Amino acid sequence: MTDVQLAVTDAFRDEWGRVVATLIRMTGDWDLAEECAQDAFASALSSWTASGIPERPGAWLTTTARNRALDRLRRSKTEAAKLQEVVALNVPGEAPPADDSGVSDDRLRLIFTCCHPALTLEARVALTLRTLAGLSTAEIARAFLVPEATMAKRLVRAKHKIRDAGIPYRVPPAHLLPERVGGVLGVLYLLFNEGYSASAGEDLLRPDLTAEAIRLGRLLARLMPDEPEVAGLVALMLMQDARRGARLDSDGELVSLEDQDRSLWDTAEISEGTRLIEAALRRQRPGPYQIQAAIAACHTEAARAADTDWRQIAMLYSELGKFVPSAVVALNHAVAVAMADGPAAGLSVVDSLAAEGALDGYYLLPATRADLLRRLDRRAEAADAYRAALVLAPTEPERRYLRRRLAEVAG
Amino acid sequence: MKYMLLMHGVEEHEDGDDLAGTAPEAGATAHDEEEPCWMPWYREMTARGVGLLKGAMLQPSTTATTVRASGSEVLVADGPFAETKEQILGFDVIECADLDEAIHAASRHPVAQNGGVVEVRPILAMS
Repeated sequence: MTDVQLAVTDAFRDEWGRVVATLIRMTGDWDLAEECAQDAFASALSSWTASGIPERPGAWLTTTARNRALDRLRRSKTEAAKLQEVVALNVPGEAPPADDSGVSDDRLRLIFTCCHPALTLEARVALTLRTLAGLSTAEIARAFLVPEATMAKRLVRAKHKIRDAGIPYRVPPAHLLPERVGGVLGVLYLLFNEGYSASAGEDLLRPDLTAEAIRLGRLLARLMPDEPEVAGLVALMLMQDARRGARLDSDGELVSLEDQDRSLWDTAEISEGTRLIEAALRRQRPGPYQIQAAIAACHTEAARAADTDWRQIAMLYSELGKFVPSAVVALNHAVAVAMADGPAAGLSVVDSLAAEGALDGYYLLPATRADLLRRLDRRAEAADAYRAALVLAPTEPERRYLRRRLAEVAG
Repeated sequence: MKYMLLMHGVEEHEDGDDLAGTAPEAGATAHDEEEPCWMPWYREMTARGVGLLKGAMLQPSTTATTVRASGSEVLVADGPFAETKEQILGFDVIECADLDEAIHAASRHPVAQNGGVVEVRPILAMS
């Protein structure tokens, strides 16, 4: 790669979202904004080769994209009204206006608009990846295992809804903010999990999506430094991602947390995550992401699996249950109890969860029962539970792990 | 922007009551027996700068007639378009800044406050 190509690639990663976000504010037209941003990046390659890499590539790209938008709007007479708007806003070097929230970064407007609750979850995820992260429609389609035409239609429909239903392009006012921040974090964490634990298919990991989720999370944390839940989510993602290298063995088999080679964990990610979560917790405004990050920290702090502070983890899961009253959290609480007080104590919690029926069809329920029964040396019952889990497990590596355990207790 | 709020909910059949069945009784009994249930909502919206352009409660769906035109033939049938548990109870047309305002207006509407569902639809602008 030449220096210029490298500079354009860097600028694309760093500036795409900002250029698109600014152009959307100026023109109100999402398609035009994307196309003009694309044009600006394309012309950067030849222009920077001829006249050198500008000192502030972001400003160069924004100006070029804006001029392109002006040209296109001038040519289309039917959009005279839009042109006036652009001319009015076309003040060089002008800082975007701060709105109710006091936040002036266009990318924050963009992410809140992309993650508006009036859009479907799939649309929110796709729009965020396309407009803010700059992934192509084809890349997003591949990541979510849908045909490119389907993904293109999804994006078009979402952009039309934003325009036609009047979804505002802004950071929500204070009274809506807590709820909307939660919605944005939900989209980022879904993105992360889609990459970290693929919900379908042969591959268990899709690292591109986890990297994008972390990148967007860091951006959001920079833009909203006073929201401890944002920092909590970034810390959580970093500490989960830190274990990526140890999650699968050389044959692509899933390795359970206790059996993982901890020397493979990414210490840089762990220390960044630990720093973030400690600072967030000091603000004394706990939330579900901060608590989950604290749980992840309990694991990463233990030099060996045997050193894990399970009593602390059990306590944190019971705290988490107050924010997220879900059966899955209750199942994790049961596992922590089993680790702290023995498999029999854990099994009785799991059995009472099974009796409630809320986890029917969730493979981790029989899988957890099976593991506890195996530890209690109740092999026949354990084998039955592994078989039940096998039927429900969604991906192939998870099924292989269960088959291996089944062979142990049945053999 | 202009939005239509379409109120969906379960109709009260036994006493032939209309929307009043799903609307708050408190507004009608607290101060002024004559005040319709949507008046507090109307005042709240006006204070927020949301314009109420038009609105009505509907007679129950048992009074509905469905009309289809096929060429020169007109097909008339008794009953609503879809026989579902939830029917359209009424509508309001509002004018406000954006979807967030319209969502707020819908969430404060007596029908939403009493277990009904409000569909928010932007009105197609005629240019």
